[in-house]
Amino acid sequence: MSDLPRLEISRRGVLAGTAMLSASPAIPARAAPVQDEPAPLMPVRFKVNGKDRQLSLDPRTTLLDALREHLHLTGTKKGCDHGQCGACTVIVEGRRINSCLSLAVMHEGDAVTTIEGLGTPQKLHPMQAAFVKHDGYQCGYCTPGQICSAVAVLGEIERGVPSHVQADLTASPRATNLELRERMSGNICRCGAYSNIADAMKDVIGSEVAG
Amino acid sequence: MKAFTYERARDPVAAARAVAARQGARFIAGGTNLLDLMKLEIETPTHLVDVQDLGFDRIEPTAEGGLRIGALVTNTDLAADHRVRRDYGVLSRAILAGASGQLRNKATTAGNLLQRTRCPYFYDTNMACNKRKPGSGCAAIGGYSRQLGVIGVSDTCIATFPGDMAVALRLLDAVVETIDAEGLTRAIPIADFHRLWGNRPEQDTVLRPGELLTSVTLPRPLGGRHHYEKVRDRASYAFALVSVAAVIQPDGTGRVAFGGVAPKPWRVEAAEALLPQGAAAVTARAFQGATPTKDNAFKLPLATRALAAVLAQKD
Repeated sequence: MSDLPRLEISRRGVLAGTAMLSASPAIPARAAPVQDEPAPLMPVRFKVNGKDRQLSLDPRTTLLDALREHLHLTGTKKGCDHGQCGACTVIVEGRRINSCLSLAVMHEGDAVTTIEGLGTPQKLHPMQAAFVKHDGYQCGYCTPGQICSAVAVLGEIERGVPSHVQADLTASPRATNLELRERMSGNICRCGAYSNIADAMKDVIGSEVAG
Repeated sequence: MKAFTYERARDPVAAARAVAARQGARFIAGGTNLLDLMKLEIETPTHLVDVQDLGFDRIEPTAEGGLRIGALVTNTDLAADHRVRRDYGVLSRAILAGASGQLRNKATTAGNLLQRTRCPYFYDTNMACNKRKPGSGCAAIGGYSRQLGVIGVSDTCIATFPGDMAVALRLLDAVVETIDAEGLTRAIPIADFHRLWGNRPEQDTVLRPGELLTSVTLPRPLGGRHHYEKVRDRASYAFALVSVAAVIQPDGTGRVAFGGVAPKPWRVEAAEALLPQGAAAVTARAFQGATPTKDNAFKLPLATRALAAVLAQKD
């Protein structure tokens, strides 16, 4: 970095600090950064699919972009980038989240599972195998997010997390078709494979119950 | 997204100080609404103070027989808590009617209260919006206003508060607790927490700069039947056109609050007193003085019908 932007930062910092001090002497003054200059890179460490990863990132980097652009785990997809489509769904500390609406630096120490961590082409996760068997996709773009979400949904039902369509709030939820559809509503499929996705999930639940 | 610096706060007063000390600094917890708005450069914080380590992630009983919900308790955990499901069903129902499973896993109790309107003109930076850019005008007035407010709005802004959880909290008379940069705490009744827009629509709540939300307390359970009826354009993962939160007692009295109609959860205690007379009597009083547009006038009869549907339920 050249000296020029640094000087700019400290000059603005002094002005902001002076204003703040006169308003409230108890609050320590601190330098305000310049908005249009990128902030310094920040280190972040997390575990992705069981492997420790260390990155140095612009604080703006979302978890999604860290996975795709920095770790080259491109299975997780960027759809809307606003938490509306679910294509970016990954599992963090056992819970599904929209990786596009989370900053990577906020995940220090977290365990992240992406579609690449669920199974491999040689050894598919049961949910991946069920999606293939039931034709739970057409173009495939939403599929990694759908599968991560579906795996987590089964965990949520098992943990007793209630849903909007549950008649008795105090009862344990059951994996009915209506329940699965409600719980998967954060994952949009523009090809419309919804009924096959619900069938795939039902298949995995059935085999877990049987086995 | 505009550049910002980031720090992870270790204690609440330090967090409040960090935000109070510089203009443009903001708290971040779940981030699901703030990051969405930052990507569109509707929110442009210069510094983020991450509060996720502050320990406000528990739900505990209070001495008064209610519950204290930590500001960082996720929507999923709050809706799933067995005490909430048993004693405050309307709250679980309202939370579960909102957003998606992924968002509820990340969104927090405080963040849900602080989420900003989804008015399409607030979201479109090419449009005039007094809330996004004070003094620039309101393109929603005279524009497409189907989703927007019918009561409590002003001639500077007709946006609604979009959340579901807050409607249940208003019904339950919850209290919002905060701490500031001096370490002073404050308890704000939920009824006073969200502002009517008036001529300052840029300010959503009564929070002061750097004031940090620490918990939300619920008074003793009300008993009765708990309902959250949400009417929307699709069955899941959509904002309410109109929602009704209600607790109805065996004798037909009760409480009712409406969502999707105003800058804040809309509850009129004088209207509740009319519950034994039926839905139409309640909404006639609750929406007295409403100023709907041609596009959203349907919300008034819809509110009556949604409440009637609630009152018709027997278990």
